[in-house]
Amino acid sequence: MKRQRLIQGNEACAHGALYAGCSFYAGYPITPSSEIMEILAQEMPAQGRVFIQMEDEIASISAIIGGAWGGAKVLTATSGPGFSLMQEGIGYASITETPCVIINCQRWGPSTGQPTKAAQGDVMQAIWGTHGDHAVIVLTASNVRDAFEMTVRAFNLAEEYRVPVILLIDEVLAHMRENIAWPEPGELPVVNRRAPESTAGFKPFADEGFLPFGAGSRYHVTGMAHGPEGFVAHGEAAARELRRMIGKIQDRVKELAVFEAAMLDDAEVAIVSYGITSRPARAAADQLRAEGVRAGCLDIKTLWPFPEHLIADIAGRVDRIVMPELNLGQLVREVERAAGGRCEVRALGRIDGSLMTPQQICDAARSGKLQAVGQENSK
Amino acid sequence: MSDQHRRFLRLRQLPHVWCPGCGNGSIVKALLTAIGDLGLDQDRVAVISGIGCAGRAPFILDFNTMHTTHGRALAFATGMKLVNPDLKVIVIMGDGDASAIGGNHFIHSCRRNLDLTALVFNNGIYGLTGGQLAPTTPAGKRSTTSMSGNIEHAFDLVRLALGAGAGFVARTTSYDNKQMVTFFKRAISHKGFAFVDVMTACPTYFGRMNDLGEPYELLHYLRDTTSPSEDIAREHDESPPADLMPTGIFRDEERRDYGTLYSQRALATSGKGRS
Repeated sequence: MKRQRLIQGNEACAHGALYAGCSFYAGYPITPSSEIMEILAQEMPAQGRVFIQMEDEIASISAIIGGAWGGAKVLTATSGPGFSLMQEGIGYASITETPCVIINCQRWGPSTGQPTKAAQGDVMQAIWGTHGDHAVIVLTASNVRDAFEMTVRAFNLAEEYRVPVILLIDEVLAHMRENIAWPEPGELPVVNRRAPESTAGFKPFADEGFLPFGAGSRYHVTGMAHGPEGFVAHGEAAARELRRMIGKIQDRVKELAVFEAAMLDDAEVAIVSYGITSRPARAAADQLRAEGVRAGCLDIKTLWPFPEHLIADIAGRVDRIVMPELNLGQLVREVERAAGGRCEVRALGRIDGSLMTPQQICDAARSGKLQAVGQENSK
Repeated sequence: MSDQHRRFLRLRQLPHVWCPGCGNGSIVKALLTAIGDLGLDQDRVAVISGIGCAGRAPFILDFNTMHTTHGRALAFATGMKLVNPDLKVIVIMGDGDASAIGGNHFIHSCRRNLDLTALVFNNGIYGLTGGQLAPTTPAGKRSTTSMSGNIEHAFDLVRLALGAGAGFVARTTSYDNKQMVTFFKRAISHKGFAFVDVMTACPTYFGRMNDLGEPYELLHYLRDTTSPSEDIAREHDESPPADLMPTGIFRDEERRDYGTLYSQRALATSGKGRS
């Protein structure tokens, strides 16, 4: 029988990172993510890997980017306020095509907000938080086993595409304990950094793989617009490189789309959700089915690049999409855009720090009129 | 330019961006002399910089080079050195870069004592953005954001580094090539965090805005506003002039560096994780 372990979401992220081969972690304490760094502070030295607590989150993201170019698989974890500080470094990681993983355990509100309350308010920031057009991948998870697997996947995608990958979880998943089947070595795929065929004359931005500093080919890395060799580019050359960086993500939307669909084949109502909200969404779909409403659900795990083909497919077949989020309507704008008016799209927001209930989602799916965004259902 | 320097330069990246009369070229020349004299393996040297005039140095240097974000060069270097400890990591920063936006990383790097060499090209002004006030602008001096004279107190980066616990702390000037080479060699050879404050002059902004004349006159300004610390102690035992910056090596103490301590701890706990 497979080994079972009762662990919380943050533990799953930490052990997922170790499973994926993370060899360098730099971070700064912040609720509700701190267990990730506490576990890694204990595990990494014992396993011959490197852990460091930095002076702030800007230093943390900067250190992991330095570590990536030094040859390590790298991670930092944080929550809203720290994630805001990391935006500068995420931009640098994006334009320098640095493989790195950032886990954001989302908490309530802007600024300090409510550090121990769950939210899904950082979706837009994860996608668009750093300045300028840029490439990132944003993932999410809805249960503890998922948190483990999506952390491994985040590392794999970071390595495969040489891009910063952000994993969004939330305060509840971070601290919630579930019994999970512990992934055995070899059970989940692990992607390692692709070495170039030749070290001589290695061009760091020419899709030749990755050669760390000190490995025999001296090259330059800069956050300025640059060409394949890493030296400054302007005008059309700069535009071409930026289009290439964004294209390598946007052109692979279908390959990158991770999702779970249930009961959608004959559905008249689709509940589209992500992260922790996918749990009450599934419960609501089951309840609606029991009442005779043909409901189905789509749990989106790749938030960016947004899998609009999935929504376009559903929108042509259902009467209504219900989109519950623990914010005032962030990803629903992408859903509306992808649905293109082919079905009704109802946004259901909750921002009182509690999770969405199945009842709220059922009510939104059933009721004749549009649920007002941002008004908590008292039930 | 001698062959000793030429072999460390990316000649295709020349000309550099620095203005005629800028002291940065003299500092870089001294750094390359030091690297050559020490016989460092070119493939195993990393030069990591922040943003600003000084930050542009790595573009022309033929090592493993990284031009990072404003103020964060030390944090990037920390990650680089920790995962790749055989690299000799040299960090080049400007004064605003290191002590304004990067002040937090600077003091914590001094305290942490990772084996890095940090050089600050200290011209007392923001050059690349057009001559604004820096934390290192001397009191009373003019800049584009202090046209009537600076009313703030300037940072003394040497005292800051000493207070924050750096093991090697020195100050020199771009006027004194020989001293720069000596101090850079000592700093690079130091096991642990080493800091050299290199006073230099920006003729385009600092010089013009403060009527200090031609670049050669700015070299005289550097000479006249700095003095070996032992001379200052001898000549002004009670109250040295506030605008006279002491040069010299202020601390040179070997203490166990972060990397060594981390490796020892890792060895001691090897296999003792919970998973």
